[in-house]
Amino acid sequence: MIGLGFLYLLAGLMFAAFALFSAADSANPRRLGSALLWGLMAASFLLGDQLGNFGNGLLVIALAIVGGLGLAGQGAPPSTTDEQRETMAARYGNRLFWPALLIPAFALAGTLVGKQLVIAGVPLLEAKQVTLVSLGIGVLVALAVAMKWFRTAPLVPLQEGRRIMDQVGWAAILPQLLAALGAIFAAVGLGEVVGAAFQQLVPDAGRMTAVAAYCLGMALFTILLGNAFAAFPVMTAAVGIPLVIKAQGGDPAVVAAIGMLSGFCGTLMTPMAANFNIVPAALLQLSDRLGVIKAQIPTAIPLLVINILLMYWLAFR
Amino acid sequence: MKLPRPNALFLVLVVIIVSGLIGGLGLRGTIERLGGSFNDARYISVVWIVLPVIGLLERHGLRERASAIISRMKGATSGRLLIAYLAFRQITAALGLISIAGQAQTVRPIVAPMAEAACGHDDEQTREKMRAMAAATDNIGVFFGEDIFLAIASILLIRAFLAEYGIDLEPFQLSIWAIPTAIVAFVLHSARLLMMDRALRATRRAA
Repeated sequence: MIGLGFLYLLAGLMFAAFALFSAADSANPRRLGSALLWGLMAASFLLGDQLGNFGNGLLVIALAIVGGLGLAGQGAPPSTTDEQRETMAARYGNRLFWPALLIPAFALAGTLVGKQLVIAGVPLLEAKQVTLVSLGIGVLVALAVAMKWFRTAPLVPLQEGRRIMDQVGWAAILPQLLAALGAIFAAVGLGEVVGAAFQQLVPDAGRMTAVAAYCLGMALFTILLGNAFAAFPVMTAAVGIPLVIKAQGGDPAVVAAIGMLSGFCGTLMTPMAANFNIVPAALLQLSDRLGVIKAQIPTAIPLLVINILLMYWLAFR
Repeated sequence: MKLPRPNALFLVLVVIIVSGLIGGLGLRGTIERLGGSFNDARYISVVWIVLPVIGLLERHGLRERASAIISRMKGATSGRLLIAYLAFRQITAALGLISIAGQAQTVRPIVAPMAEAACGHDDEQTREKMRAMAAATDNIGVFFGEDIFLAIASILLIRAFLAEYGIDLEPFQLSIWAIPTAIVAFVLHSARLLMMDRALRATRRAA
């Protein structure tokens, strides 16, 4: 059965290659830091299940120190020049898009039929992770097709991958570390404490106040935690159910659905949602790390206001 | 050597350790919880395995090709292009096809270079704005499309949570109420993109 373990092996080997290439890259002013950063990621993917929780904890602390204190640099893997790329773009034409489209095509096909693939009574793909696993297979197929087409030497894709990875740098690890932060917040019961405090703040002043408090609470709490899924149980238990659904008689389906979407407005405005807001800024080489958030705020705020009105109109028909 | 300047990654580590200690997990307990949950969350970082193939295609001119297609199209503007991408992203997300596009797979190699090529400006500041808007459009499209799909994580979470309070809902009842917000999100963001086009035209004329 092909599951997450297979993907972790792929990712581990890729990061190990990034580490080795970084160590040998004299154009990188902090090449050992880069080698250590990607090497620790490789260790996490390859050995994470053997290290135990404490061992993994020490590994994460080392990662956050190397990445967090700017000890890793940016390498200069061999690539093509802008002029060469223009020439090749004209030569290869739209066929360049095909390998890129193979990846989503496999993810889609795997999601739709992956669960039916059974060989000798054993499902071929791990059912719970079928999309991610299909995506991984799509990556391998796309890579094989592209390498054959371009007649690429075996190490070239890894060097090209490292070129982008170094541009992203430490931000690449931030989403996973924030997931760990969410787990710590849950373990110490932070949500319940803040939820209870927020409930005290909401005045008992009618329908509009209750609706607005719930939607704004979802957005603010998502900004704080970086994840609407973490904010939802807390805010809905503290405000949504007692004030909007029970006291005012709001339709639970409308309240919950629009409540979650109000949280998504918060996701658009917070650096804590790093994989949506910070990683793209690094991927697109924006000089302003908050550039993506700034582009989103003028949509997010009016949309939040409209969500409040929609809940007010639709939940009490 | 300059003193190292801590960034967000280091800050999050500090917040984790401080919250664990204040919350009474103890130092060893905090480190164990940190390690365990980081290990469980590896599926988040596994998506970076797309980089070698994207990098290989970029090496052979994928970004240049994307921008050439747009430059040749008459009437293509950054705003209209991104409105089309917004619609594509919302509709496919509503069908549950979240991972068919994304910041690493499509925005960086294809959509952002197209938006830059169509904006008609050469200065880096405007081009950065186009790239940021491309990333923002991808996020807005996914966020306000995905909840229309019945089997998405957030709908399942809402359903499971409300069931604990004795409120039993079908996924369909929830996803249908995601539609009004999805429509408003499309109209609102598209209006902003059209205003962006107008501002781009105005500065082009002034230059």
